[in-house]
Amino acid sequence: MSQAIITEQLRREFRVDKEGKRRETFVALDGVNLEVNRGEIFGLLGPNGAGKTTLIKILSTLLSPTSGRAVVGGFDVTSDPYSVRRIINMVSGGEHSGYGILTVRENLWLFSQLYGIPNKIALERIDRLMDIVGLSDRARTKVHKLSTGQRQKMNFIRGFISDPEILFLDEPTLGLDVETSRVIRRYIREWVDDRPDRTVLLTTHYMAEADQLCDRLAIVNQGKILACDTPSALKRRVGQDSVLEIEISAQAGQLQPLAELSAQRGVRRVAISSNGGGTLTHRLSVIVDGDGAIPEVLQFLAQRGAIVTGFKKTEPTLEDVFLELVGRRLTGENGSQVASKG
Amino acid sequence: MAVGSRSAAECWRTFKLAAWLGWQMESNWADPFLFSIYSIVKPVSHSLILVVMYLVVRGQAAGGGLFAQMYVGNAFFLYVGQVLFGLTWVVIEDREFYQMFKYMYVSTPNIYWYLLGRSFAKMAIATVSVVIVLTFGRVFLRLPIHASTVDLTTFCFSMFFGMVSCIGMGIGLAGVMLVVARHGGHASEAVAGALFLLSGAVFPIDILPRLALYPAIALPTTYWLEGVRRGLLGSGMGQTMAVFSNRELIVVLAMLSLVYLILGTLTFVMCEKTAKARGLIDMHTHH
Repeated sequence: MSQAIITEQLRREFRVDKEGKRRETFVALDGVNLEVNRGEIFGLLGPNGAGKTTLIKILSTLLSPTSGRAVVGGFDVTSDPYSVRRIINMVSGGEHSGYGILTVRENLWLFSQLYGIPNKIALERIDRLMDIVGLSDRARTKVHKLSTGQRQKMNFIRGFISDPEILFLDEPTLGLDVETSRVIRRYIREWVDDRPDRTVLLTTHYMAEADQLCDRLAIVNQGKILACDTPSALKRRVGQDSVLEIEISAQAGQLQPLAELSAQRGVRRVAISSNGGGTLTHRLSVIVDGDGAIPEVLQFLAQRGAIVTGFKKTEPTLEDVFLELVGRRLTGENGSQVASKG
Repeated sequence: MAVGSRSAAECWRTFKLAAWLGWQMESNWADPFLFSIYSIVKPVSHSLILVVMYLVVRGQAAGGGLFAQMYVGNAFFLYVGQVLFGLTWVVIEDREFYQMFKYMYVSTPNIYWYLLGRSFAKMAIATVSVVIVLTFGRVFLRLPIHASTVDLTTFCFSMFFGMVSCIGMGIGLAGVMLVVARHGGHASEAVAGALFLLSGAVFPIDILPRLALYPAIALPTTYWLEGVRRGLLGSGMGQTMAVFSNRELIVVLAMLSLVYLILGTLTFVMCEKTAKARGLIDMHTHH
């Protein structure tokens, strides 16, 4: 079987409390169809609440789907969760997890033994992984004395300790410093390249991480997969379009008319973001059909009284792909407004 | 068959490691000297409360007779607190404080064996406490426990099935904790309190009103405490239990323990299914 993970019409609903005693149904996953090949790093890219973590929870047998089917390593997550657990492991970033009374090494050893790793191999693996992520000097430190970042490094090692066939990484570098994140990304890549049957399913909302690490990506929003392809193929979707990053100085009242920019000829998408707090400086991300539309865009802004204080034309990024597909930026900034054609 | 034996090996491995983890968490929080002091002071203080109450109520010195029955019942009830309350707390603590429950859940073939292992560690801790309390009672309060009069068969069978029933109830309550918020932990205190009242831990169940007597005789803990009294002291407490011979007492206790283990396991399985369906395995309730 060449697919490590298959989902078919996977749906997950939650009953959520609303004002008063009324309860409403929230659809976290809406008919997700996905195929992840063995030996690839597959990324789920989307904003908070898109359904990424819900999908990982279902695939790792922590949560039952409302309907549909999910198969991991050839085993159905609903009817054969025990077989799934034998071949997977998972890491969630941004947590404060760990048995505080045990040392780092004891915590990791415990999990290696739960997976039945022979003691000698387990200890060698623990030492090697601690060395890679820079945690060796904390091996005999009790976990309650670790910083959040150090706990996260330990948690990361725990995910790899069983050398699983399929590894779920939910925002693995969340809250880590740049250098550690870089080391971790490099290790993930090496780990998968080292053996062709290892598979990683990774969620992130860091565009650079997704771009650098993932063989294929699915862009997820509101429980649906909007696109699924390699990062370069996704970026080609924006095609020959130009992406303009324009910094303008304008009063708050002038912003609404600027949304009409999307109606201009040659303009495909416009996203306006500001830092809030009554600031005069705003940022416009504009996707245009070609360079020919640039003068018209600048003229439009000048006519509306917006002063251009910065201008940059960039190559399409995954952020632009997200903007193209969803109609807004993934990296959240306050006061985002969106206008688009069609 | 291969799959079956592999599963059994995995369950046993999970049980052993959970017991090791439980022991570390119970004993490793302080240096050994401080832990030894705590291990002695806590159960002894617990039993001294009973001694003082007895002195005040009866106005006579503690020693044999009714006091010995109360003392022994109270001492062994430490298991109920440790195993019942302890198991429910394992779920809450692992899930919300250590945030490790979900990792345990996906690392083990069945979380049930993890909880069984943790309950074993709780039992080990309770055993240390009970031995200290009984030794204290024997040496300082002159409890009539003599090697020559101890009925080891009745005692051992009572203990075995008593522990089975405690684990059964503890597993059931742990299952309930999977679907309730952190404050649900108070439920286990309520259950432990009800068991203390109804099992005749410190008084004969004869004095209970008739309405309370029915649940009392349906509880395995009632027979277990009666069994350990008979095993250690040579006699039980009260008339209601006196109708059973030692052998009959063990048989009833064995049957009830099995029933409670099955009910506890079924409750756990149902609650685990509900928790998975509602996404509660890794919830943080912040209560």
